[in-house]
Amino acid sequence: MLNNKRHGRLAAVAVMAATALAITSCSSSEPAEPAAGGSSAAAAEPVTITVHTFGGGENFGYDKAVETWNAAHPNIQVKYQNLTDRFEDVYLPQLLQRLQAGSGAADIIALDEGAMGLMKARPQFFTDLAEYGLDSRKADFPAAKWDNGINADSKLFALGTDIGGMTMCYRKDLFEKAGLPTEREEVGKLWPDWNAFMEVGKKFQAANPGKTDPKFIDGPNTLYNVILSQEAPKNGNVSYFDKNNQLVIETNPAIKTSFDTVKSFSQAGLTAKLASFSPPWNAAIKKGAFATMGCPAWMLGVVSGAAGDDNKGKWDVASVPGGAGNWGGSYLAIPKQSKHPKEAAEVLNYLTGKEGHIMAFQEAAAFPSSLPAQQDPAVADLKNPFFNDAPTGQIFGASVKDLLPVFLGEKHAQVKTSVEKVLEGMDQGSVKYDQAWTRFLEAGVKAAG
Amino acid sequence: MTLHVDSPAAPPRPGPRRPAGRRGPERGSGWARFDLRATPYFLISPYFLLFAIFGVFPLGYTLWVSLHEWELAGDKTLVGLDNYIELITDEAFWNAVVNTLGMFVMSTIPQLVLALLLANALNKRIRGRLFFRLGVLLPLITSVVAVAVVFTQLYGRDYGMINWFLSFFGVDAINWQNEKWSSWIAISTMIDWRWTGYNAIILLAAMQTIPKDLYEAAAIDGASPRRQFWQITIPMLRPTIIFTVFISTIGGLTLFTEPVMFDGNPTMSGGATGQYQTVAMFIVKEAFRDFDFGYAAAAAWLLFALILVGTLINYSFTRRIGGSK
Repeated sequence: MLNNKRHGRLAAVAVMAATALAITSCSSSEPAEPAAGGSSAAAAEPVTITVHTFGGGENFGYDKAVETWNAAHPNIQVKYQNLTDRFEDVYLPQLLQRLQAGSGAADIIALDEGAMGLMKARPQFFTDLAEYGLDSRKADFPAAKWDNGINADSKLFALGTDIGGMTMCYRKDLFEKAGLPTEREEVGKLWPDWNAFMEVGKKFQAANPGKTDPKFIDGPNTLYNVILSQEAPKNGNVSYFDKNNQLVIETNPAIKTSFDTVKSFSQAGLTAKLASFSPPWNAAIKKGAFATMGCPAWMLGVVSGAAGDDNKGKWDVASVPGGAGNWGGSYLAIPKQSKHPKEAAEVLNYLTGKEGHIMAFQEAAAFPSSLPAQQDPAVADLKNPFFNDAPTGQIFGASVKDLLPVFLGEKHAQVKTSVEKVLEGMDQGSVKYDQAWTRFLEAGVKAAG
Repeated sequence: MTLHVDSPAAPPRPGPRRPAGRRGPERGSGWARFDLRATPYFLISPYFLLFAIFGVFPLGYTLWVSLHEWELAGDKTLVGLDNYIELITDEAFWNAVVNTLGMFVMSTIPQLVLALLLANALNKRIRGRLFFRLGVLLPLITSVVAVAVVFTQLYGRDYGMINWFLSFFGVDAINWQNEKWSSWIAISTMIDWRWTGYNAIILLAAMQTIPKDLYEAAAIDGASPRRQFWQITIPMLRPTIIFTVFISTIGGLTLFTEPVMFDGNPTMSGGATGQYQTVAMFIVKEAFRDFDFGYAAAAAWLLFALILVGTLINYSFTRRIGGSK
């Protein structure tokens, strides 16, 4: 039902594309609301701070955090809304339009790591968080997470929420049926690297030869992003763009390695040929149509949300082949158009603070980027009941220790979605394997141009 | 029919006199004169005002945007016709044009033929006519999104009913999204399901205005029902057929919702290699996925030109219907 709504809105927006083009852009000349007026009166009069996020399943996991805040702050009520489960093609365009139009954006907006390059290049739309004293939070975050919140004007404009430490989610029941080990320690030992993972996959596939039997992996893109997040740090910490925002998709070995690995898994017939974050993908999670999926911390919330309570305990979490990596992780920022930047900064400080991080982790398994939260026993000792009581606090805590930041260029989101389309086509058969790499590059170059 | 109220001194004109009982406006009163002249404009103004705001202005503004390198919430620089030049050499754009035209032909021709036959059948004296006439309109009132969702399920690769049905004939599961031909078929059936009844009702309404005595005379002369259909119904329907062709052309060339829904992921790319990306999807992708407003605006203008050309071509075809007979 969520999907219907989303598509309806999307369709409505797009049918009037020409109109929308004109209307949204014509108001760009209006200046953003000055922030100064509201703050002094705020203490006396109750204000409402809106928070917009994105993401599937449990998404940001702010329900409890917001409830707790609202109970303690009658004068600053937070209205929290998760707009969509799709970031790049729904949330981000909408956000850009609202920023350009000078109205419609929330007081606090969530930004995916993939769009940080784009947002850093548009400092005119964001409040300088240092004005409200949030620059004092530097010690709370890993250096890379902190630095990514500083924009082209050298102003702090966003603070980190979660971080995407990496694991491998697997269906315990399907592993058992295929005669594979089911305990997470043993499962992790099965696949020290991707070659070993491939061997396990072949064994699994041999035990499930039927057409309607489950496949080993969901599809090409989850796998691709997991591997890319491991490869990029080995190649100068860049993926599609170098640190001068030049496209390096053809020359960066990290891209080619990730592509080739995914191709070999696809050719071996180990994928269920699903496009990540699509309705059939969600249905497949629920039905158990595949056995493993690369899981950054936030993905646990997506899986448990999509699978539903019926599947509680069937999933588990093991270590990922190939070592540490970071995929995703988000930020919160305050647009200049916010009428209550001071109060918004207080709420942002709370949500990105230790308490907010911990509650989000408990609710959506989004692993905190905040260092004090990571060290807190509430995080370190947390077990995830949906994932068979896996000690997710401990697992992710270990996985983010060696984490290296990856630079993402201004047009990262555009390039990412375009090349992933080619991977899907390759996996599903509309792009031939021997042409896939050329197509992949073409798509990337075009999206960056 | 005009009333010459502005020449009070003129002698009575020849011609029909005004009926005595009808109260006309007072001659010579300035306000009345103004009222008589201005009222019609006032009454039709809402449409033109709305059209100016939501039609003419966006059109002009889109033209203005199309002359810029214009990034969503970003920089803009005037580049003249660069976007258009780049566009007419852009393979992806022409791919979208071919897809749009392909699906247009694939859906519109069977749709109009079917609508014509359906209308002819509904025009006959059959039991429960009203039920059937309302029945053909039913698809139209269902939401296009619902239609697309249902059809996308039907055409699903893994759990779809059509593949399930085909499997009885030993046909392997078809991944309908994967190839041009299969995706075009799937999308065309969605369009046909929704619009055939609509066109049929319009044609039926027109058929009912054809005088019955023409058919009676033809029947007396010994013309078969089939001959009556071709020699009387079709020529008399010409203006209506032209209308339905126009509407279908505009609808077909701006095709959007069905292929977007069919994609599953609303990425506007119409499949991995753009096998069913329409021009409308191309525009939205450029504007809202790649944030390239200027380029999208230029594509929107080219689509406008394409529709004009398409409509003119179709007009020159359809105006000949029954014309020489």
